Amino acid sequence: MDKISLTIDGRQIEASQGMTVLEAAREAGIYIPTLCYHPDLSSSREVQASEVIYCNAEPLKNDNSAIRYEGCQLCVVAIEGMKALPTACTTEATSGMVVRTSTPPVKQKQHDNLKLILWQHPNVCLTCDRFDQADNLNICKPFNICLRSVNITERCVLCPKNDHCDLQKVADYIGLGIEERPLPYTAKGQPLETNAPFFDRDYNLCIGCTRCVRVCREVRGADVLGYVFRDGKVIVGARGPSLMESGCQFCGACVDVCPVGALLERTRKWQGSAERQVLTTCPYCGVGCQLELQLKGERIIEVLPQRKNEVNRGQACVKGRFGIQEFVHHPERLTTPLVKRDGEFVAASWEEALDLVASKLASYQKNEVAVISSAKCTNEDNYVAQKFARAVLGTNNIDHCARL
Amino acid sequence: MAGLVTAFGSGAMTNSIRDIGDAACILAIGTNTCQAHPVIALELVRAVRHDGKLIVANPREIGLVHFADRWLRQRPGSDVALLMGMMRVIVDEGLLDSAFIEERCENFAAFKESLKSFDLDTVERITGVPGEKVAEAARIYATNKPATILFAMGITQHSHGTDNVLAIANLAMLTGNIGKPSTGVNPLRGQNNVQGACDLGALPNVYPGYQAVTDPAIKEKFETAWGCSLDSSPGLALTEIFDAAYQGQIKAIYLIGENPVLSDPDANHVRASLKTLEFLVVQDIFLSETAQLADVVLPGVSFAEKDGTFTNTERRVQRVRKAIEPLGDSRPDWLITCQIAQRMGGQGFDFADPSQIMDEIARFTPSLGGITYHRLEEGGLQWPCPTQEHPGTPILHTQLFTRGKGRFTPLEYKPSMELPDDEYPLILTTERSLYQYHTGTMTRKVKGLNTIRGEELVEINPADASALGIADGEAVRVISRRGEVVARARVTEVSPVGVVCMDFHFAESPANVLTNPALDPVAKIPEFKVAAVRVEKNGHK
Ligand code: SF4
Ligand code: SF4
Repeated sequence: MDKISLTIDGRQIEASQGMTVLEAAREAGIYIPTLCYHPDLSSSREVQASEVIYCNAEPLKNDNSAIRYEGCQLCVVAIEGMKALPTACTTEATSGMVVRTSTPPVKQKQHDNLKLILWQHPNVCLTCDRFDQADNLNICKPFNICLRSVNITERCVLCPKNDHCDLQKVADYIGLGIEERPLPYTAKGQPLETNAPFFDRDYNLCIGCTRCVRVCREVRGADVLGYVFRDGKVIVGARGPSLMESGCQFCGACVDVCPVGALLERTRKWQGSAERQVLTTCPYCGVGCQLELQLKGERIIEVLPQRKNEVNRGQACVKGRFGIQEFVHHPERLTTPLVKRDGEFVAASWEEALDLVASKLASYQKNEVAVISSAKCTNEDNYVAQKFARAVLGTNNIDHCARL
Repeated sequence: MAGLVTAFGSGAMTNSIRDIGDAACILAIGTNTCQAHPVIALELVRAVRHDGKLIVANPREIGLVHFADRWLRQRPGSDVALLMGMMRVIVDEGLLDSAFIEERCENFAAFKESLKSFDLDTVERITGVPGEKVAEAARIYATNKPATILFAMGITQHSHGTDNVLAIANLAMLTGNIGKPSTGVNPLRGQNNVQGACDLGALPNVYPGYQAVTDPAIKEKFETAWGCSLDSSPGLALTEIFDAAYQGQIKAIYLIGENPVLSDPDANHVRASLKTLEFLVVQDIFLSETAQLADVVLPGVSFAEKDGTFTNTERRVQRVRKAIEPLGDSRPDWLITCQIAQRMGGQGFDFADPSQIMDEIARFTPSLGGITYHRLEEGGLQWPCPTQEHPGTPILHTQLFTRGKGRFTPLEYKPSMELPDDEYPLILTTERSLYQYHTGTMTRKVKGLNTIRGEELVEINPADASALGIADGEAVRVISRRGEVVARARVTEVSPVGVVCMDFHFAESPANVLTNPALDPVAKIPEFKVAAVRVEKNGHK
């Protein structure tokens, strides 16, 4: 692909022909705030409102089919030779372009546009001076008494997404300044949707970015979610009375792209931040999705699909995304060798069990024994199993269940 | 994948997952991709969004049908006729890639001769697909390049599964759709490490890297490597092991991480065979239905507690990394096997960690020769990867086929072994559910997955259901020559008339009690996809 060069904030950078200014900046590691943009998805301007969506099984009709969602409008930039401040996500990068990402007018515009978003989302914490002072977005300590005496459902510190919320990051970057009072915010009063397996939906926190709608439609091909306009506001929901009836596959892709706390895995909610993460391969099917296990102590608290790879690129299926923790930590896991005595299993030591197995297996002729290995086990496990069958038991009676 | 070995010299997926979405045409046959390989299905979604053509050939109205340009609803077991019909059209209309055939393939004339008996009328009679639809699909596949073919167990789990695969290979060669990006013949493997288990020689006839046990030079190589003498005759395959156990010839089995009491065809026979054994050791993470029959149960660990590698369906070796300590007193599988081996006097089982095992694998397996844990830190590697410098192979057969020339095979149509008759008038076929995995030893422990799909359902067409007086949700009895199970009926158009469909994830209603163990003579894969059954009311459930 042809390369072009342009200047962003005084830095000369290279970009591929056809990239937007936002993509070019991101590739060069230059931050431009945005909430609706996602690298795997089409532009938020391209998704039409649905005729109807469902809010806790009640239909909600679109009340204005003449308008379109205009995006979050946070990625505005100043470009030399252009009067207005265009959005970086809709402007193609061209050769020789000179872009600035934080001139005072840009800052002001971002500030104004962020306020529009915050009218739909609890914002007391985001406009509090403690937020301004905090360096790691860990806004309040749980023991802090809220200076503004707000309702707990509106405090960041009590939101499960606190600390890894895109809205916080964007608000931190743009800097709201200390407002005397919180911005006006009217709660949508939408009921919590908690009937589906694995994840909850609290649309009171939704900022209407439509990332979830787009990922479900464009990447997953499931088209379960939609949005409507009500009084000019974007309201998101399932296109049928429940997720299940809308054809949801419970892949969790919508949860993974939601920038705020609206969509969250139920069991993950109150576990706080992960302490470490380990990249591994999913144990469920032959695709071999790369997964990042999120760990706290010796427990897996969440499993996220890895983005930077050639196999699953940020996606997984319901089994990999939601079906791992519970079986790994299941109370019925075998934790000790068992030996059958008079038809009953009794716990045994490794010494005892291994001695028994070794002496028994040694007592047969080579054509009287077989090893059945497993397509669920690792390559190394399988190598050792066939080596054992061939080199120690002396037989080629080794197979696994691949044929099934 | 014996069919692909015959045709190309290698049985694995020829291309990469990432490739599929860029194809101009995809033929998905015998794969319910959305359910069995959901993340590969995303590539199909991507292709369709870029105006790629999707042809789905499946008796059942699976999810993919809704994205498809053409849906061919062939009768179960009639795939060879369908594919030969398509190829006849391609040849008759001159849509073949003669240059490719000339230069890179052999045995074309004999194959072409065998197309004679597949005129569209015959094909329509056998498959139930209107001839004109077959012809249209053939034209779409032949003229939209690059075109790729995906298939799964809907193709292989037949008594003539190898013929099905050969027919697919013929089709790809005929149109030159092989050895280039977004083309190829791509078997989608079911379990996570089927590819790896085969590659590493957990097979009765080959050492790691498909090196034949009957080859004296190979035998000598491994004898020197392992410091022992080895047997040069192939061992028994899985189903043969159970037969031999039943007859008392096999007396002891060491079984690692499997649950054949649920997964095997004719599960009653497997259970009886295992009970006949004098000594059964089962190594698993749960006390599975099979483990309950064991004399000794050894606690292995889950993937989260061990280091190692899995090889995915596109031949990519990827790291499994230990995230937590083994639960309780459990131990990694490789370590347990090594400890048994050492107690029996085995040499060369003193690995300190799995990376040392991989180093030994690389030393004796040419196709994996360049793979080390160090390199895998940068991401997975696709075999063949013979040397440290080799970048891996995303596309097979680019210059030459692994066996040299691609080989066309003449084919004829063979009906399934067990066809419906008066006593057993319906065809039973088996499926995988998205929400369960294999025999459910892992997934059934996850509550949310069971809420979505917690019990076996027998899918049956409304016409068949009303003839039998069966209502949706009613418990029914499904009976074959080998056994019977009780499960709830789901009355749905998804299943064609005359066909019922079940999964095999559930211990309470194990569908594999019913299925036919008739084996494909070459690949030794049982006929899971076609068995004759009868369905009765009043399951009392
Ligand atoms: S879980 Fe997946 S299928 Fe369901 S709504 Fe979210 S993105 Fe769509
Ligand atoms: S639920 Fe989340 S992803 Fe979906 S529109 Fe609302 S904020 Fe965006």
